[in-house]
Amino acid sequence: MFNETLIPKLGVIIDVRQDTPDIKTFRVVSPEGKKLFEHRPGQCAMLSIPGVGEAMFSITSSPTNTEYMEFSIKKCGCVTTWLHQAEVGQNVTVRGPSGNPFPVDDVFAGKDLLFVAGGVGLAPLRSVINYCRHYRDRYGKIDIVYGSRSKDDLLDYQEIINEWATDSGVNVHLTIDREQEGWDGHVGFVPNYVKELGFDTNKIAVLCGPPIMIKFTLEGLRSLGFEKTQVYTTLELRMKCGVGKCGRCNVGSKYVCKDGPVFRFDELDELPNEY
Amino acid sequence: MQKITRDALIEKAQTLLDSGVVTRVLGWKKGDFDYDVTPALFTDIESMKKDFVFGDFCGANFSKYLLKETKKIGVEGKVLVFLKSCDTYSFNQLLTEHRFDREKVYAVGIPCDGMVDVNKIKAIVGDGIVSIDDSAEVIKVETLYDGVKELNKADILLERCANCKSRKHVAYDELMGEDGEVIDSNRFDEVEKLEKMSADERFAFWQNELSRCIRCNACRDVCPACTCEKCVFNNPNSGVENKAAANSFEEQMFHIIRAFHVAGRCTDCGECSRVCPQHIPLHLLNRKFIKDINSFYGDYQAGETVGSRAPLTNFTKEDLEPSEAVNREDK
Amino acid sequence: MRKISLSNLDGLFAKIAEKSKLYIPVDDNKGFAAFKLWAEGVKMSNALNTVRSAKDFFFPQMENLMEFKTEGKNIEIIDIREEKEDFVVFGVRACDVKSFEILDRVFLSEPVDSYYASRREKGVIVSLACGKPAETCFCSAFGIDPATPAGDITAWKTETDLYLKANTEKGEKLLSQVEGLTEDCDDKAVEEQKKAITEIVKKLPLQNLPLDKFGKGKTKEYFDSPEWDELSSHCLGCGTCTFVCPTCQCYDVKDFNTGREVKRFRCWDSCMYSDFTLMAHGNSRVSQKERFRQRFMHKLVYYPDNNDGLFSCVGCGRCLSKCPISMNIVKVMKTLGGKENV
Repeated sequence: MFNETLIPKLGVIIDVRQDTPDIKTFRVVSPEGKKLFEHRPGQCAMLSIPGVGEAMFSITSSPTNTEYMEFSIKKCGCVTTWLHQAEVGQNVTVRGPSGNPFPVDDVFAGKDLLFVAGGVGLAPLRSVINYCRHYRDRYGKIDIVYGSRSKDDLLDYQEIINEWATDSGVNVHLTIDREQEGWDGHVGFVPNYVKELGFDTNKIAVLCGPPIMIKFTLEGLRSLGFEKTQVYTTLELRMKCGVGKCGRCNVGSKYVCKDGPVFRFDELDELPNEY
Repeated sequence: MQKITRDALIEKAQTLLDSGVVTRVLGWKKGDFDYDVTPALFTDIESMKKDFVFGDFCGANFSKYLLKETKKIGVEGKVLVFLKSCDTYSFNQLLTEHRFDREKVYAVGIPCDGMVDVNKIKAIVGDGIVSIDDSAEVIKVETLYDGVKELNKADILLERCANCKSRKHVAYDELMGEDGEVIDSNRFDEVEKLEKMSADERFAFWQNELSRCIRCNACRDVCPACTCEKCVFNNPNSGVENKAAANSFEEQMFHIIRAFHVAGRCTDCGECSRVCPQHIPLHLLNRKFIKDINSFYGDYQAGETVGSRAPLTNFTKEDLEPSEAVNREDK
Repeated sequence: MRKISLSNLDGLFAKIAEKSKLYIPVDDNKGFAAFKLWAEGVKMSNALNTVRSAKDFFFPQMENLMEFKTEGKNIEIIDIREEKEDFVVFGVRACDVKSFEILDRVFLSEPVDSYYASRREKGVIVSLACGKPAETCFCSAFGIDPATPAGDITAWKTETDLYLKANTEKGEKLLSQVEGLTEDCDDKAVEEQKKAITEIVKKLPLQNLPLDKFGKGKTKEYFDSPEWDELSSHCLGCGTCTFVCPTCQCYDVKDFNTGREVKRFRCWDSCMYSDFTLMAHGNSRVSQKERFRQRFMHKLVYYPDNNDGLFSCVGCGRCLSKCPISMNIVKVMKTLGGKENV
């Protein structure tokens, strides 16, 4: 009998962290307490609660973490709402990894990197950022621009402040949409902040966030002189099989689950605008 | 009954387009064969002269198309729709349910002596139809394998037309030709046959028919009584959303739920059975409801008038008690 | 080449059915054909083709994939896959045989779909040449020869006899199983039939579709074509075309809670349905135009892009005869390909 990718592995939630009012991060291991499977930065996995449904999520922990996997999940649909009321010890099913990772070992190697994220869009980037931080000497300068509606909506805030911002050669630029008491950082939308910061173009940029943020950030980067071949993002469409067969996430000749979720903007230009 | 011609309809459309009464015409476009006409919207007379067809294969009930047509944003003026007598009942029923804006439609009633079922033709002449001449009562069908065969129209009518309930148009702005009469048809004969069966026989009958269902939803999507913005069967949270013809669900539930939902509103237009790719006689479910409603509450024809209160949504003191309906003898 | 008199067809079926399940096209009470399990007394249909395609044998409309038992916070995953039985499908037409190749490229490419693969492994296909193709047939446009269908065994039916020729090892094995019933013969009658079919095919109306206008790398050319508006304008959004199509392979995965356990099953799905791409935060294809376009772009451009130019249509004509509004891939090709009345 063949292996069957549709049949998941069993996972156990060993930690639940309330990151923002509507985002929780779940730490998952096998019943034996081991990491379920290896993955590359940017890859995804299908989590499911039998009877509720199965859905695709970014693996937000770094591949360099050898103990567990983490998923930062925003409460918005059936599966996510169910997961948000789950407690430590809850079993879930996990299958993956799905999709193509960010080209961290070839294209990114030796380059300066700019990560731009909005809201829960930090989730897919966290694995890349931490991977690049782990192999710090393989990359040049790292800039991280991250924004959210409010201070409370900033994902992984403690990790950002205490770990990322204290790394040498890593610059973190945080922003929130509106003034807020107790916030003395930058206020304004991410695309504008990126333009204000005015990066040099000798780097790779990675964008992840709401479509409107992506659109205007890309325009901003283009105006700063970035080529589309330098800018990466991730797509998200409805998925069922996760292996390019069920047809749901088909855009043009690509399947987001198999050929994505990571795309370069010049590759997206080749796809019909249906994502 | 006089036969309405393509030319007469084009002429009518031209008059209405030229005078500005309508800005577009809902009609039929010729296909690759003489029988595969497609509903189409024409906005000018030239394209009509080129592609418009009318004949015995124009069975589609255009009433439901008016929902989409009248809701188009930025489109001015009225749409011209040609309605057969049966279509006018659906038209009225949709108006009763406030489903489209009557002011945006110009309805022309057209006489109809029945539409033809290509499946019935194929059952007689076989495959390889080269051409079909339906200009006369005797329909000439030429095939690759068997030359020309002459068929009587009466033998190849769509089921709903063979049991036509009314040649009277109950709604129109204008009528072409003379109006017909409500017909005392035999449409309940098949229902009576089913009623005479034992419960087991009847269950076996429906199980056999419904087991072929592939749950394509064509019956629902074409049905002028199925106009919910969001159907319960499309709602993942409903607990009954199920695309698969899985296990016994199709055989027992989907079609019955749908029949209940359209009970009292179904005009018996027969579109469900016409479009079913698995030729399941779905109209029989609806007819059973119509027959029962007639016998319990007095004759009622959905869509006969606009605004009529259907017996199932209208309480009167004379209504029979539920127990009477439940305990009725199998007739 | 082996042959057997049609009068002994029942004997042939009985012999095959001794070793494995045998499915043949059978007429229903209204004269439409469907594949049914053969048993004594079941007669083969003379219809050109079945209403549903033969893809059901490998990719059934609904199948259970696995089960889960849940208790409190615990989940148990139960692999319910079992060894499949051998089966024979008799009378598959050339178009449907070709559809298996198209499905294979999806389900047998890595990672292999074990549910499909195990059925494919156990199934033996006996194809049947099309003596009388219909006006809706256009398989030859895709390079399919209805006179010589592929399959493990190819069969030709004349007025008196059934001729059988094995094409694969599986086919050889089945032929040897029925050796006692069949006799050796030359291929004269078969050659005659092939010639006759070839002549008929030339007369079929849909043979010269503008296929050269479609295929790999044409996404940009057609995606924004203004013609999609009119082509899709009266589409009901039902799934008829998808479900009668031998090559449509999209599916949904869903859970069904029986109260004792959760069954995870998959079922055919249709890109024509509004909820196909619906996500919690929105829908990437908001109108029927986009869904309609997806289906035809996939068959004519996207699939060829990923599969060496192979189209995901076999010209069986089912959608032509079953679409409630008679809109179909032929009309799409003719309209977009710019050749009216080819």
